[in-house]
Amino acid sequence: MSSMERLETGMARRRSKKKASRHSRGDHLTGWLFISPLVLGFILLLLVPLGMALYMSLTDWPLLGQAHFVGLDNYTSIISDQEFWTVLGNTLYFAAGLVPLNIILALLLAVLLARNIKGAGLFRTIIFIPVMTSLVVWSIVWKYMFATDSGFINQLLQLIGLTGPSWLYDTRLAMPVVIVTSLLKNVGLNMVLFIAALQQVPVQLYEAARIDGAGRIRTFFTITIPMITPTIFLTVIMTIIGSLKVFGQIYVMTQGGPSGSTKVLVYTIWEKAFKLFEFGYASALAYVLFIIILLLTLVQWQLRKRWVLHES
Amino acid sequence: MRANLSAKRLRGGAANLPHYTVLMAVSVIMLIPFVWMLSTSLKEPADIFVFPPRLLPSPIRWANYSDVITSMPFHLFYWNSVYIAALVTAGTVFFASLAGYAFARIPFRGGNLVFLMLLSTMMIPNEVIAIPMFLFMRDIGWINTHLPLIVLPIFGAGGVFGVFVMRQFFLSIPKELEEAAMIDGCSRMRIYLTIMLPLAKPAIATLVIFTFLTSWNDFFDPLIFINDRELMTLPLALSMFTNESGTSWHLLMSASVMATLPLLIVFFFAQKQFIEGVSMTGLKE
Repeated sequence: MSSMERLETGMARRRSKKKASRHSRGDHLTGWLFISPLVLGFILLLLVPLGMALYMSLTDWPLLGQAHFVGLDNYTSIISDQEFWTVLGNTLYFAAGLVPLNIILALLLAVLLARNIKGAGLFRTIIFIPVMTSLVVWSIVWKYMFATDSGFINQLLQLIGLTGPSWLYDTRLAMPVVIVTSLLKNVGLNMVLFIAALQQVPVQLYEAARIDGAGRIRTFFTITIPMITPTIFLTVIMTIIGSLKVFGQIYVMTQGGPSGSTKVLVYTIWEKAFKLFEFGYASALAYVLFIIILLLTLVQWQLRKRWVLHES
Repeated sequence: MRANLSAKRLRGGAANLPHYTVLMAVSVIMLIPFVWMLSTSLKEPADIFVFPPRLLPSPIRWANYSDVITSMPFHLFYWNSVYIAALVTAGTVFFASLAGYAFARIPFRGGNLVFLMLLSTMMIPNEVIAIPMFLFMRDIGWINTHLPLIVLPIFGAGGVFGVFVMRQFFLSIPKELEEAAMIDGCSRMRIYLTIMLPLAKPAIATLVIFTFLTSWNDFFDPLIFINDRELMTLPLALSMFTNESGTSWHLLMSASVMATLPLLIVFFFAQKQFIEGVSMTGLKE
């Protein structure tokens, strides 16, 4: 190879290298350009406020004027505050009531609808309507349905000769009413997720079970349930997280009453922050919620990772 | 053989009876609130307390609807909800699909890491961010304006979720299409606008429905950021009206019907897309 030739090939190589790097540098720039609006938003509207809330939870941040660093005072006063434990208890009561009912009813409806019986589409549509209805409208209508004098429920009871209770003004009944209202609002969502999961179960499994002489109930517990366990777990966690954040229906239907019996975590955060302007205390309370949700999410990710690996 | 078959079908039908009973019962419970809402919205105030309850009001009082419209700036609530949801949807689709395309198809340094970081913020509850956000908005003078209701969902958690959805979709499009265009010397922006976006129509449709509904039904943010009646969105206005009006249920129900009916009609024409769109919430948590 002559020196001339060598020079030429070297230049060509350098040129092609240069071209490649220019190209990837272009991609590098374009890539960052394309994502920059969202990255900026992510920093300014999510990360900074998240850190800010943590800092605020360590201060006595007032509506106006100077904030003072108070260390963990807000957290210790939360723990020693009887109201916090009542509110946490109410939130857990809501979750404990809603989650099992929601999952069981959604699963039942999904099993009934996944088999393509006549009218399945219509039933699915009807059960799904509340999911896309505004929570405020849904809660208003149910507040009216449960009204003491003119409510539909009590009028029905009167038809069969019973005097209905004053549902939303009874400390023992208000929370169950809110739970039922929330159940009816959201059961359609989990139902649709379960239908999708059920339709993924291979038909051969059912056929094999039938050949082996397994009955319907046995097939359900030995094939259907194990096959859709990932979806069930993920849906359960999602529903728990959702129910820990319950707010709209409480705000509309009970305002936390009667006598605090339906006061839940987010309602208290809202009240402390935006009615009483105790931003420090409210931020600490919000962080307690955040940590609970964070833990649940980590569990969920762990499960999801395991199942995704398991499936592939 | 035939007898056997029909016997089987018969048995199948009989076995389905409990199924239909359950499905009918649940469906009726789901529909009653809407029927009752519609019925009450057309009643005379005095008829609301009449016993036994009457499903078909007589006389039918259409004036409830005009009463609502004249007693409060209902058209403003409507307009506020519509235009805010429309802007949020347009913005989310644009920025989320742009970033989703970049994450899916442009190999750039740090891309994967940034994507993972974005993804991990999806579970931050809005309620935690709301307090600092309120102070931030107060400092820049955005309280009692529509700006936080438009900007926060586009660039905050809602936008991040949109990126995730769009990225997953773009990953599924064959690379060859793009490579051919690259050889022809098309720029990334051009490829995105002329090839990728038109292909992404189904994903965009789902994202549009999801985003529009989320914004349309949002309650917490308007409650925090809006004070003036004229600036309220429908859910906020309705919740305020509930507290003000006490027991004038007939007017409240007329307002609820007006707030719900248009969306229900659209839903019936695009059920599949709606159910897909809303089910994306399942991915979100």
